[in-house]
Amino acid sequence: MTRSLTQSQNHFRNALAGIVLLAAAAAASAADIGQIKVAKGQVAIERQGKSLPATVGARLQASDIVRTGADGSVGITMDDDSLLSAGASSELVLERYAFDATTNRGRFDASLNKGTLAVVSGRIAKQAPDAMTVRTPNAILGVRGTEFVVSAND
Amino acid sequence: MTEVLQGARRLATAAVLCAAFAALLGGCASGGNVILLPEKDLRQTAISVKKGDQEVVLNQPYAAAKTTSAGPRAYVANAQDVATQFGPALAAQPARAAIFTLYFIEGNDELTEESARIVDSILSEIARRPVPDVLVVGHTDTVGSDQFNDALGRQRAEVVRVALMKLGVPSDDIHALSRGKRAPAILTADGVAEPRNRRVVIIVR
Repeated sequence: MTRSLTQSQNHFRNALAGIVLLAAAAAASAADIGQIKVAKGQVAIERQGKSLPATVGARLQASDIVRTGADGSVGITMDDDSLLSAGASSELVLERYAFDATTNRGRFDASLNKGTLAVVSGRIAKQAPDAMTVRTPNAILGVRGTEFVVSAND
Repeated sequence: MTEVLQGARRLATAAVLCAAFAALLGGCASGGNVILLPEKDLRQTAISVKKGDQEVVLNQPYAAAKTTSAGPRAYVANAQDVATQFGPALAAQPARAAIFTLYFIEGNDELTEESARIVDSILSEIARRPVPDVLVVGHTDTVGSDQFNDALGRQRAEVVRVALMKLGVPSDDIHALSRGKRAPAILTADGVAEPRNRRVVIIVR
């Protein structure tokens, strides 16, 4: 009896710890990492399985997927001044983003699954070469600087 | 088994199409490509393109790589290729950040007279942008500890943030932060009073 009580207490504690961790993760991922500055035609943001309108001014979070339609294009300014802009029929995933504005240290991993993307790297790549990567189905780009274009066909 | 055959047929079709494209356009685009664009400071620029242990480094304007399932293949692109393939993506590029620097009186959070006069051009830059966000970054010279200067930098940034708010910039659009003495404009030894390092940098983007 005493033992099962202790066990259930442990379960409860573990569950609680899990909830706290989840809450911390949610708080961390809820931070704005960039903003849509330009949007033309059909553009959508997918966040945690839900589709959100990608209007000019919309703020972005880590793990967001930005998609453009056949007539769409989108321009994003990230917190570290990186500029990402995608042409039509593109899918861009902001996989991982961490940036400390005081030290300029950070990490930025994006994926272009399909379409076209123009990039001007920002302070993360300037502070530490290769701290920014762009992945496509066939390659990983290590970004030392600064302006480039990349395409991916699915 | 049928699936495997179909898969093989699809691959064969893709290869035929690819060869046709290659003949027409001088390259097969099916895997994608990467092109480094020209810029002013060449020392800072390079892209490494990797797949497994294969790597191509792009470090000249228009140096390019096709990204294939067999690894990156280097080639040389040109401005016309970039415009044709990436015109819409480049047209959607957000405006570059505009950067202004305001200077302060030593050990203080008061602007120099000259800097107080730049404020108008900052406001018009903010007004010009459809969805502006403004970073206000406080910097100090190297007199004093990190802790002291982080606080002083924050204090200077805060003064500018509040001033911009009073001038009508929405508070949601302004973020103040301090870099203390970590990023001097003029490199000095520690403990040197340097007016050009006592500044707030305003980044409008």
